Formats: sequence, structure tokens, C-alpha cells
Amino acid sequence: MAPPPPTADVIEATMPGTAFHRERGTQMKEVGFAVGLLALLSIALLTLLVLIVDVIVEGAGSLSASFFTETTSRIDPGSSGIAGPIMGTLYLMLVCAAFIIPVGVASAIYLEEYANREKWFNRAIEVNIQNLAAVPSIVYGVLGLAFLVRGPLSLGNVVLAGGLTLGLLVLPVVIVAGREAIRAVPPSIREGSMALGATKWQTIWKQVLPASIPGIATGTILALSRAIGEAAPLIVVGAIAFATTSDTSIFSGTFSALPIQIFGWTADANEAFKPLAAAAIIVLMGILLAMNAVAIWLRNRFEQKW
Amino acid sequence: MKGTVTDPERTDADLEAIGFDLSETVAGAREAPTATASLKPSIFELRDVSVRYGGKLAVSDVSVDFLQNNITALIGPSGCGKSTLIRCLNRMNDLIPSAAVDGEIIYHGQNLYAKDVDPVEVRKRIGMVFQKPNPFPKSIYDNIAFGPRVLGMKGDMDEIVENALKGAALWDEVKDRLSDNAFGMSGGQQQRLCIARCMAVEPDVILMDEPCSALDPISTGKIEDLMTDLKDRYSIVIVTHNMQQAARVSDKTAFLIVELDSDEKNRWGRVIEYDDTEKIFTNPSDKRTEDYVSGKVG
Repeated sequence: MAPPPPTADVIEATMPGTAFHRERGTQMKEVGFAVGLLALLSIALLTLLVLIVDVIVEGAGSLSASFFTETTSRIDPGSSGIAGPIMGTLYLMLVCAAFIIPVGVASAIYLEEYANREKWFNRAIEVNIQNLAAVPSIVYGVLGLAFLVRGPLSLGNVVLAGGLTLGLLVLPVVIVAGREAIRAVPPSIREGSMALGATKWQTIWKQVLPASIPGIATGTILALSRAIGEAAPLIVVGAIAFATTSDTSIFSGTFSALPIQIFGWTADANEAFKPLAAAAIIVLMGILLAMNAVAIWLRNRFEQKW
Repeated sequence: MKGTVTDPERTDADLEAIGFDLSETVAGAREAPTATASLKPSIFELRDVSVRYGGKLAVSDVSVDFLQNNITALIGPSGCGKSTLIRCLNRMNDLIPSAAVDGEIIYHGQNLYAKDVDPVEVRKRIGMVFQKPNPFPKSIYDNIAFGPRVLGMKGDMDEIVENALKGAALWDEVKDRLSDNAFGMSGGQQQRLCIARCMAVEPDVILMDEPCSALDPISTGKIEDLMTDLKDRYSIVIVTHNMQQAARVSDKTAFLIVELDSDEKNRWGRVIEYDDTEKIFTNPSDKRTEDYVSGKVG
């Protein structure tokens, strides 16, 4: 015959502490901990909020149609605009995208589909790509100055040199995003394709890449949105802080960019340029927000669910 | 019937075009596909086939002949290497860098593992259907058209797609939604789509690696019916963990067991009995086969 089930006081007597009493103060501690975490989080959020409000209050008054169509003048803040930097930023992004998309995707394909991880040099490449993402942007500026503006390529202080420098800076972002997108394509798709007699190249080109385009596009946009806000490397490669013309060309002539113009206006002794800097920041933030929104939309809309 | 595998002239020309030497093919074999089962010519002759992964033995010393226009089943407990073995037949194991295959697999007189054989050409002739349905993330139409397109097949693509879908008994279910994404189909439909996709490139052999293990009984029944229909046009090799399925559909069955070495550290698979399916399931010669098919051991 089975022994009778133990009663509550027997349990308490034989296994003290197993009854389900809540220790006094436990709930207080839990709540306190959550509140503390929220307070720390709010440091970041409040800082962002204060920055945005401050910039909008200071810059909103300067936002007008002419602000987008006028070039800047050293002597007349009232008629100054961001036509030059907008064009410069646009051309920089074109050069940057034309560079990072093919190079980044090709690198990602090699690392995911061809590199044998048992070979030391492939492991070395992987580690170095992760390291590259952590190199300060000013270092890329110096690299661009030494190798692109002067030195072997001697392109001069032109958009091409600036765009390539920014491209080198954000290339690791595209490679990492591309690799993740390629890795997300299940091996069964590759097997299915190869089993039909497709070559490895056909399989990559017609199955793996199309399936990973949303991820690659998202990564590319995020990379560009990082590049668009960079000032330090552009200053080193010789972007100008006062764009008195909106004539921009990729291969010749001076260029500016939004962050450079913001820097120029902020650093200027003439206080009247400050609202213009704030207005340009609003524009830059607007562009960034729009780019990131597109990236998120792309990912949610087109990402393949396997 | 231009361009189908039932046309012997075209098939032979194709084989020669991709480097197969047909002179060693059994004389008259291809002209007599209606011969009785025991007289059917071989499609694969395996000679001392062993497979190793990173030096560790996975399948040991298989020497059997699989017959043309037959359904050959590979059965055995988990880990006995039946999937490994079937993947040797179209050189899918080449995709795993550590895999090494010893021995010979003779297909139409040509050793598939000879040095100058291009595995891509092998896979054009020997198609494969996988355990889990793996449609491409494309429309139903493009799933079928992908193979013929990459292989540069000539002909009306709409017709190729329609014939393939009809061949896999799927046409009536999907003819009105060919441009829909294949992921919207049921699992059973997806698997039949994969069979249709395989047929669209006009192979000679279809390998099936547990094609019904992810499907419900009704879908399984449809695929089994389909296999029986396909037997006239293709040679089929199927891996299955389902013994009833092997008994229902196959003509010949190979039974594999797991062998252990003395200290039980390494395990590999070996074919211990290969015979007519009926004999394997009613009167096997090996005690271990009998124990397995009668359910005494799993």
C-alpha cells in the first residue's frame, strides 16, 4: 500500500524553507531594480530628446525654401543655404554606394560561400574585418589623404577621394550585413539548386543572392547612413567648410558635405551662423531618419521567412 | 516526344555529349525496357563503395546493383548511412568538404567517381528530392523553370512547366496560381513541386532521400502513387525509415545495419542484405534483417 501523501506541516518540518512564503522585501527589491534600470536608460533618451528639442528651437526659423537652394556666404548669414553641401553629400553617397555594394557583396560571398575556415588566412581575414569596423574614422581620413588624395592614386581633394574614403570606413558594415543575409539562406536551397545540375556560381547568382537582397540592401542603407554623418575623415581629405558654389563634380573641383558645413558654421566666430548650423542638423537628421525608415521597411517587407 | 528521356537516341547523344562512354553499356539493355524485373539492366553498379567523413568511416564496402526502371529502397536504423549512400549516387557528398568516397559507382558504363567526371554533369542526369521540401523562394512557375533555364534547355518554357507539373500530378491543383509564391503551398504540394522541378530537367534517375518524412499520410500516399507512375520513365532510389513504405512501393530493397568497432567508439553502415522487396519482407536470409523488418529491433 502506498504511503499517505505528506501534509504541509510535515513538509515544513522536513524541508524547511520550501513553503511558498515570499521573503519580506523581495518585491520591493524587484521594483527598485527595474526603476533603477529605467533611470539609467532615460539618461540616453533624455539626452537625445534635449538635443533634438534644442536644435529644432534654434534651427526651425532658418528652414525655408531658399535655405535648400542658396549657397553659403561668409559675410551674409541671412542669404546662406545648404545647396552646395547637399549636392556634395549626394555625390559622396553615390560614389560610396557604387564602391561598397559590389566590393562588400563580393567579399561577403567569398567569406560565406568559398572561404574554407580551416585555412589560417581566411580566419585572419575574418578577424581583421571585425577589427576594421572598430578603427576610428579619423584613421580612414588619414589613409584617404595618404593613398587617395595624394600618394599612389593622387586623385586630389575631390568627391571621388572623399566618397572612397567613406566607403572604406563603412565597408565592414556592408560585409557583415551581407554575410548575415547570405548565411540566412538555408543550405537546403543551395542543395536543391545544385541537385538540378546548377553550378555553384549559378546557385549563388540565381538563388542565394536574390534571396539575400533585402538583407544586403538594409545593410547598405545603414552603412550609408553612417557615412553620411561622418565629418572627421572628410575634413582630413580636404572637404571645404564653406561651400560657396553648388557646382559639384565627382572627379574635379572642391566639394563640401552636410556635416562639414555644420562644423564650419558652428566653429565660425560669427554667431549669426549658429541657427543655420541647427537648421542643417535638422535636415541631416531628417535624411538619416528617412534612410533608416526605408531600411527597416525593406527588412520587414521583403525579408524571406524560411 | 522530342526532348524527353524516353527517346533513346537523344539520351545517348546527351550522354556522349557530357563525356560518358557508352560503348561499355550492356548491349541491348536500353532497347528492352519492358523486360521482366529480373532481367532489367543495372542503372548503378556499386563496387566496394565506402564513404568517410573527415577520415571516419560512415558507410563500409557496399557492392550492389540498382536496376533500371525499378524503385530501389534503402532501409535501416538511424545512423546506418542510407542518406550518405544515396548522396553518393549524384555526388551530392562533394558539397561536404570532409567527405571522401572510395570504390566505384558505374552508371551507364561510366564510373561516376572517375577523375575527369564533372559532378555538375552527373547531377543533370541524376536528380534528387530531399527529406524536407525545399522549394525556392520564387513563384511556382519559376521553381520549375529554374532548372531548364540554368541548363539552357531549348523549348517552350510554358510547355516544360506544364508537363513537369502534370508529371508530378500537381497541375490541376496549381494551374490557376502559377505566379504565386511556392511557400504558400502545403507541405505535400511543395514536395510534389520539388519532384516536378526535378523532372523538368529530364533526368534519368530520381533519388529520394526520405521524401515523405515531413508529410502527413494523405500527402505521403499521393507521393507513393506518383512514384509508381514514374517508374516507367525513371529509375528511382528511395531512402526511407518507413518500412511499410518500402514494402508498398519498392521492387528491390537494400537493408543496412549499423556496425560498431570493438571499443564502440566508431560506427558505420553496411548493406547486409539486398534482394527483391517481397523476399526481404517475407523471407529474409539474414536474421538481422528479419528482426528489423518484423519490428523486433529498431
